[in-house]
Amino acid sequence: MTAVTLQGHVGIGPRVEGIALVAQDNFSARYDLDRIKGVFSRPGHALFGQSYVDRILVLNTAKGGVATAWMLREMASRNMAPRALLFNRVNPIMAQGAAFAGVAMIDRFDVDITRAIETGDRLLIEPETGKVTIMRGAG
Amino acid sequence: MRLNEEEKAMLAGEHGEPRRWALQHQLQVASFFDAEDFVPVGQAHIMADTESLGESGVEFLESLARHPADQRRVRVPTITDPRGVDFRRYKDIGQKQWMADLEARAIVAFEALGILMTDTCINYQTIMPPVLGEHMAYGDTGVVIYSNSVLGARTNFEGGPSALAAALTGRTPRYGFHLDRNRRGTHRFVVEFQPQDLVEWGALGGLIGRKAGSYWSVPVIEGITSVPGSDALKHFGAAMASYGSIGMFHMIGVTPEAPDAKAPWDGAAPEPEIIGRQELERFCSEYAAFGEKVDVVVFSAPQLSLVEMQALADLLDGRKVHPETTLLAVTSPEVKSASDRMGLTARIESSGALVLSGVCFYQSYAREMAEVNGWRRLLTNSAKLVNIISGYGYVPALASMDACVESAIAGHIVGERRAG
Repeated sequence: MTAVTLQGHVGIGPRVEGIALVAQDNFSARYDLDRIKGVFSRPGHALFGQSYVDRILVLNTAKGGVATAWMLREMASRNMAPRALLFNRVNPIMAQGAAFAGVAMIDRFDVDITRAIETGDRLLIEPETGKVTIMRGAG
Repeated sequence: MRLNEEEKAMLAGEHGEPRRWALQHQLQVASFFDAEDFVPVGQAHIMADTESLGESGVEFLESLARHPADQRRVRVPTITDPRGVDFRRYKDIGQKQWMADLEARAIVAFEALGILMTDTCINYQTIMPPVLGEHMAYGDTGVVIYSNSVLGARTNFEGGPSALAAALTGRTPRYGFHLDRNRRGTHRFVVEFQPQDLVEWGALGGLIGRKAGSYWSVPVIEGITSVPGSDALKHFGAAMASYGSIGMFHMIGVTPEAPDAKAPWDGAAPEPEIIGRQELERFCSEYAAFGEKVDVVVFSAPQLSLVEMQALADLLDGRKVHPETTLLAVTSPEVKSASDRMGLTARIESSGALVLSGVCFYQSYAREMAEVNGWRRLLTNSAKLVNIISGYGYVPALASMDACVESAIAGHIVGERRAG
């Protein structure tokens, strides 16, 4: 197994492990998701049709409206939320939503996070220190 | 993070559990954005439609509302963004009883917290606009960008939980647009044409939003030769915030922090990006659908001003909406009340259109309405709405208010965009 560590700003939420779902696209829970089915539902989104449930979403930035702040917690209450969120840079809504929902989130990395991580990578997310470890070759 | 004695007491629970939760939540956000202290706010504005809240969000509000009055009541004037249900009309548009029931529970909880149910995203036109330099905790992107840019107030995007936290503590972490350094220009645009109507203002906002593309960008717009009205800047800002997550812009000679071309910049202004009419036309053509059957025509996002309601009434006078098309005009309770009194509601609804109050289309269970009513092709003059609504299963089209009305009457999308 090889491990690569990426450094971001100190984040929000608990330490978690999981599998990455990556795109060079932006994100809003209101604009992009069918939250009942747990899939990306906006036809123009790079992850259209894919399930985000329990995945570590790796995207460029947050966009659009303020609803995500409530929606992350609502999704978590039904076990239909992403496991964690990684962005190049977020807006306040995403940070507020992650704090309210208790979902792990980190941004402001020293690299373009959407290019450093690939879909299917196993990740360890440590918001307290802002570290993300890519564990390639792990079972 | 520096805390004063009152904030330390709140964090220790001495002001009750709601304020302890609120300060704890705010500290997490403050830490994330490296805020050094709190700033008092004049008002809070909470986005909390029940489609976003869900059962868990309503239960959270109800849990706060069970605390003693001195612990649960907000400390600054606090108002609400549009809700998910208009109790007068929800059955007419296929919304379910459970949606109304959940909405009613949320309202009971909000009122127990001392929150004013204004149910509007145009509070700057209808309730109490902020003043230059006033710090706020506003929770609607259109409200935030208008307040920061046009009125010179200071607010970040405050999602529902954070706006509620600010209401309970009377303050918000000092980061983002509360700080001078984040209000300076970052991107320069020169517009080579003058938008002719509200849909063009919205489209221009959407274009700039796409280009600037981040909450931390502050576009500076040159080339606008006459001062746009409030509705024009409403559509312009709302679309820019929607497409780009932008929270503030400067318009040279129009907005208060950009009295001249040098004012928004710390040093020399960067080279501009030129935006010509052709680019605007290309943007609009992405949402063109000439000749197609239209299921629902929506005037919303943002809610209509009284002036827009009058324009719509003028266009609909003596005419009938096509029987296979629904026309929805969505406004705030204050504007609805005025429209009732002035006869505008009756003039609009005599065409077969429906006036909805206190809601916004995309915050009102849009997916469920599409399924129940068989709505797919949606036509609107809101650039913001066409950006949002495709994720809810709609195929959106964009046209002027005039062309939207003509299409609603014909039952299919007609006409070139015209001023109106």
